[in-house]
Amino acid sequence: MKKTLFGTLIVGALTSATPAMAELVFPSLSYRTGPYAANGVAIADGYADYFTLLNERDGGIGGEKARVIECETAYNTEKGVECYESTKGSGALVYQPFSTGMTYQLIPKVTADGIPLHTMGYGRTSAKNGMVFRNVFNYPANYWDGASVAIKHLLAINSGDIKGKTVALVYHNSAYGKEPIRTLEELKKKHGYELLLLPVDHPGQEQKSQWLQIRRERPDYVLMWGWGIMNQVAIQEAVNIRYPMENFIGIWWSGSENDVLPAGDGANGYKSLTFHNLGDDFPLYDDIRKYVTDAGKAAGDGTHVGTVLYNRGLYAAMLAAEAAKTAQKIHGTGKITPMQMRDGMEALEMTEEKMTALGLPDFGPSFDVSCENHGGDGFAAVAQWNAGAKQWELITEYVQADQDVVNPLIDEDSTAFAKENNISPGCG
Amino acid sequence: MFYREAGDIKTSYVDDGQTFPIRLDRQLYFSALIVAWGVIPFLVDDYWANAVLLPFLIYAIAAIGLNILVGYCGQVSLGTGGFMAVGAYAVYKLMTAMPEVNILIHVFLAGGITALVGVLFGLPSLRIKGFYLAVATLAAQFFLVWLFNRVPWFYNYSASGQITAPERTIFGVVVTGANSETWATYLVCLFFVTLAALIARNLTRGAIGRQWMAIRDMDIAAEIIGVNPLSAKLGAFAVSSFFIGVSGALFFAVYLGAVEVGEVFGINKSFLVLFMIIIGGLGSILGSFAGAAFLVLLPVLLKNVLVGGLNWPTDLAAHLEFMIVGALIVIFLVAEPHGIAQLWRLAKEKLRLWPFPH
Amino acid sequence: MDNLIFAAEVFVNGLMAGVLYSLVAIGFVLIYKASGIFNYAQGVMALFSALTLVGLMNGQVPFGHLINAIFGTQVHHFGWHLPAIVAIVLTMGVMVALAWIVQRVIFRHLINQEPIILFMATIGLAYFMEGLGDMMWGADIKKLDIGLPQGINTGIDSFTADLFGYGFFIDNLDIVATFIAAGLVVVLVAFSHYTKQGRAMRAVADDHQAALSVGVSLNFIWILVWSVAGFVALVAGIMWGTKSGVQFSLSLIALKALPVLMLGGFTSIPGAIVGGLIIGIGEKLFEFSVGPIIGGATENWFAYVLALIFLVFRPQGLFGERIIERV
Repeated sequence: MKKTLFGTLIVGALTSATPAMAELVFPSLSYRTGPYAANGVAIADGYADYFTLLNERDGGIGGEKARVIECETAYNTEKGVECYESTKGSGALVYQPFSTGMTYQLIPKVTADGIPLHTMGYGRTSAKNGMVFRNVFNYPANYWDGASVAIKHLLAINSGDIKGKTVALVYHNSAYGKEPIRTLEELKKKHGYELLLLPVDHPGQEQKSQWLQIRRERPDYVLMWGWGIMNQVAIQEAVNIRYPMENFIGIWWSGSENDVLPAGDGANGYKSLTFHNLGDDFPLYDDIRKYVTDAGKAAGDGTHVGTVLYNRGLYAAMLAAEAAKTAQKIHGTGKITPMQMRDGMEALEMTEEKMTALGLPDFGPSFDVSCENHGGDGFAAVAQWNAGAKQWELITEYVQADQDVVNPLIDEDSTAFAKENNISPGCG
Repeated sequence: MFYREAGDIKTSYVDDGQTFPIRLDRQLYFSALIVAWGVIPFLVDDYWANAVLLPFLIYAIAAIGLNILVGYCGQVSLGTGGFMAVGAYAVYKLMTAMPEVNILIHVFLAGGITALVGVLFGLPSLRIKGFYLAVATLAAQFFLVWLFNRVPWFYNYSASGQITAPERTIFGVVVTGANSETWATYLVCLFFVTLAALIARNLTRGAIGRQWMAIRDMDIAAEIIGVNPLSAKLGAFAVSSFFIGVSGALFFAVYLGAVEVGEVFGINKSFLVLFMIIIGGLGSILGSFAGAAFLVLLPVLLKNVLVGGLNWPTDLAAHLEFMIVGALIVIFLVAEPHGIAQLWRLAKEKLRLWPFPH
Repeated sequence: MDNLIFAAEVFVNGLMAGVLYSLVAIGFVLIYKASGIFNYAQGVMALFSALTLVGLMNGQVPFGHLINAIFGTQVHHFGWHLPAIVAIVLTMGVMVALAWIVQRVIFRHLINQEPIILFMATIGLAYFMEGLGDMMWGADIKKLDIGLPQGINTGIDSFTADLFGYGFFIDNLDIVATFIAAGLVVVLVAFSHYTKQGRAMRAVADDHQAALSVGVSLNFIWILVWSVAGFVALVAGIMWGTKSGVQFSLSLIALKALPVLMLGGFTSIPGAIVGGLIIGIGEKLFEFSVGPIIGGATENWFAYVLALIFLVFRPQGLFGERIIERV
C-alpha cells in the first residue's frame, strides 16, 4: 500500500509544480461548485474579469501583468487549506477567500507566511484593529457596521425614534450568523427597541417554525443574516406570510439576485445592505464588455456581469489592484512582494476622484486605511429590490455605522485575541 | 517468489504469534515505517504536509477508529463528525485551562473524554441494530454539533464562536498555532497514527477482537457462546470513540488551527469517514489507510492533473472530479466488493503462487 | 388560550411539513423493500430530476459549459420553452433511463452482496450524479415554476379568524403537496395490489428466490422499482424546488427523511407516512414550546432524538417487519 501511495505522491508532485513567474499573482479561492456555487460563480467571475480587463486594456498594473490563479474550494475549509498551500508559493500577493470559515483558518497562516488577507464585508470583524492583526484587512465595512447601519436605517425611516419597536433577527445558526447579536444588543440599550432572536439551522431549507413565530409576534422589522439557500427560503416564507417586504432587511450576503428571484414578484420591496454600488451603469462596464466579455476572455459565460455579487467580486479586485498600485508607488518597483503589497493596502486611500478616474463613479464609499484602522469607516447603503425591473436600486446614501458603539467592541475583541496569542499591539 | 512461507521457520511461540508472520510482509512494514519516520520528515514541505499528509494521517486515525466499530464489531455509526468535535473541543478546553501540561497528554485526555461520550451514545446499540443504529447515531451527530454551537462555555465565550488553537510546544518545538514547524506537526500525527495502528492491530487479533467479530457475525450466537454483548459493544464504542476523539483533537489543534463546529464537524464528515472504511475495506487496518488515501489523495491528484496539468476551468474539473470518484467507487465494487484491502489480499495470494500458479 | 391556538397552528403546519418528509422517505422505502438497498443517492436523485425538469422546460443545452469549453462555442439555449407537463414526462423518461443504466451497470454485478456493499454502490452513484447534474445543467439557482399555487391560503385564514380570532397560516403549496402525496400513495398501493407488475414487485420484496422460481424477472422488477423511486424523487424535487429554487442543497433533503425511516421502519410505506407526520409535528411543536427556552434551532437534532428514544422501545420501527433472529 505504501508503495502505491508513494506512486501517487510522485505523480502529484510532478503535476502540481507551478513555475514561478515575474507577474503579480492574485489567487482566487473560488467556489463554483458545492452548496454556495450560485453565489461563488458570480463573485469569481467579477474578480477575474477585472484583472483580465487591466491586462487587456492597460497591459497590467504599473506595467506588470496580473495573473489570477483560480483554485476551487467548494466552500470547504479543508479544500481551502489545500488551495492556500498550493498557491502561496507562486508569489501570491493577497488572499480573498469570500468565506468566513476559511478566513479564520487563514488568519494565523498568512500572519506566519507574511501574506496579506483582505476580507471585504465578512471574516473576523475585530481584524479592523490593524495593530493586532497586522496582515488582515476588512475595509470598507464589517458585520458590526452592517448591524449598526441597518438600525440607523430604521431610525431614519422612523424619524429617529424606534423605542418600543420590535426587531427580529433571523440568522444562520453559526459563527457568521451570530456576529451581529452583540452589536444589536448594545444598540438596543441605546435606542430602546426589543430584540427577537430566531436562529435557523444549516442549511435552512425548513424555516416554517421561525416564520410562524414572526407571524404570531409581528415584529416591526426583520433583519436577516443568511447565506445560500437560507436566503431564498426566508424570502419565500416572508412572502407567504405576507410580511411587509419593505420592513425586511438583509445583510449584504442576503441581497443578491439569486436570493430574490425565486420568490418572484412577491419579493418586491425587500431591502438589503450593500457597501458598493449596483447595476452596470458605469463607464468601466463598457470596457469590460469591449475588452473582456465580447472578446471572449470572460472567466464565466458573461451572464453575471452587473449582478450584485459580480460587482462585489469586481470591487474586491479593484481594491486589490489599487492597493497594488499604491504599493508600487511607495516602494518604487513594479514587482512588489506580498509584504510590500501589505504596505500598499495599509496606505490605501479610496477617493471619489480615484473611482471616477477608474470609470466607477460613486461605486463605493471613500475611505482611508491606516495601521490603526484596517477596516475603513464603516459606510454602507441600503438597496431595495424592484421585482418588476428585476434590479436592485440604492435607496440611501452611504451611511456611517455608529462608531461609538462598534469601535469599543472591536477594541475589546482584538485585545482579547492579542492576549490569547501573545501579540503586543503596535504599528512598528 | 514473494510472500513465501516455505523456509520461514518459526522456532518459538513468540515468533509464531508475531503481528506479521510472513517475512516479506514484515520487511515491507518496517521499510514503510522507516520511510515515514526517517525520510519524509526531512523532505516534507508546507504543501505536502498541510494539503496531503496531515489530512491523510488524521483521517487514517479516524478511519481506524470507525473500522473497529463498524468493521470489527458490526455496529454501523454515523456519529463520527460529532465525536471528532468532542475531541476537538475537549482538547481546546484542556489546552486553555491547563497551558502548562504537555499537549500530547491533552490529546490523550481528549480521546478519553470522547470515549466516555461514545459509550453514552453507544448504549442504544444494545437494542438497535443495522441501519437503524446508523441513523440513531446521527442523533449524536446533530445534537453534539448543536450543543457546541449553542453553549458559549465550550468556546470560552469568544465573540466569534470559533475555537482557535493557542501555541503549544513539545520538547521546545512549536506544534500548534501558526508558527508550528511543518515536520513537527507531521511527526506528531505520525506518532498517533503509528500508535493507533499498533493498538488496533493488536486489540483486533486478541481475545477482545475475537469477541467483537463474534458479535459482528451474529450477536445472539455470540451471546450463547459466552460473549457479553454489553461489554463487547460498549468496549468497541469506547475504543473507537477514543481514536476518533484523538483524530478530532489533532484535526483541530495541529491541522486546521481554527474550527467552527458546524462547518468542519458536520454530517459530511461522518459520511466521509464511513465511505473511507467501506472503500478501504471493512475489518482491516490496512483498509483504513487505503480508504483514507483514496478519498484524501485522489481528489487532490485529480485536481492537480485536470487544472494544473490540463488547464481545465476549475468548475468543470471539480464536477468531473466528483464523477470520476463516483465511477471509481462503483468500478472498484464491481471488481472487488470487499474494498481495496481485499484487492491487496488477493494480490498477495497471486504473488505467493507466482510464477507457478499450479 | 392564545397559546393553545398557536399550538394548533404549529400542529397543522407540522403535519404539512411531515407530508413532505414522507414523500422523500417513500423513495427510500420502495427501493429498500424490493432489493434491500439503502439508497443513499435518493436525495441526489431528487436534485437531479428537478435540475433536468427545469433544464428541459427552459430549453437549456445539457453540458453547455463543457461543450463551450472544449469547442469554444457559445451555446446555451435551444430557444424553446416546454410546457410543464411535457417536461415532466420527458424527465420521467430520463429517470427511467437512469434506472435502467443503474441496474445494468451497477446492481446486476452486485447480486447477492451484503447490504453494506450495496449501500456503498449508491454512495458512488451519489457522487457520480452530483457531478453529472452540475456538469449537465450548471450550478446556478434555477427558479422552478410549474404553476403550483404558493402563499397563504386565504380561505383557511379567514375561516379560522372568524372561529378563534386568529387566522391560521397554511401554505397553499403544502396543501397541494399533501394532496399529491396522498394521490401518490393511493396510486402506489393500487399499482402494487392490482397490477401484474405490482404483484411481482411485492413478490420480489417478500422473497427473491421464490419470486425468481415462479418466473418473475428480477432484473425487470428492479428497473421498475428504481423508476418508481425516480418518479417519487421527481415529485419531491418539484415540491422542494418550487419552495427554494433548484440548487445543490436540494440533495440534503435526504437527511430529513432518515429519522422518518427510523420511526416508520425501512420496509413500510404506511410507516413512512405516519413516521413523517410524527416527526413533522414533533419537531415543530418542540421548537414552539421548548425551543425558545434552550435557544432554538432544535429541529435538526430533535427529529433524530425523538426517533432514537422511540427505537429503544421498538427496535424495528413503527411498522417495520418484526426482527426474528435465529442462531
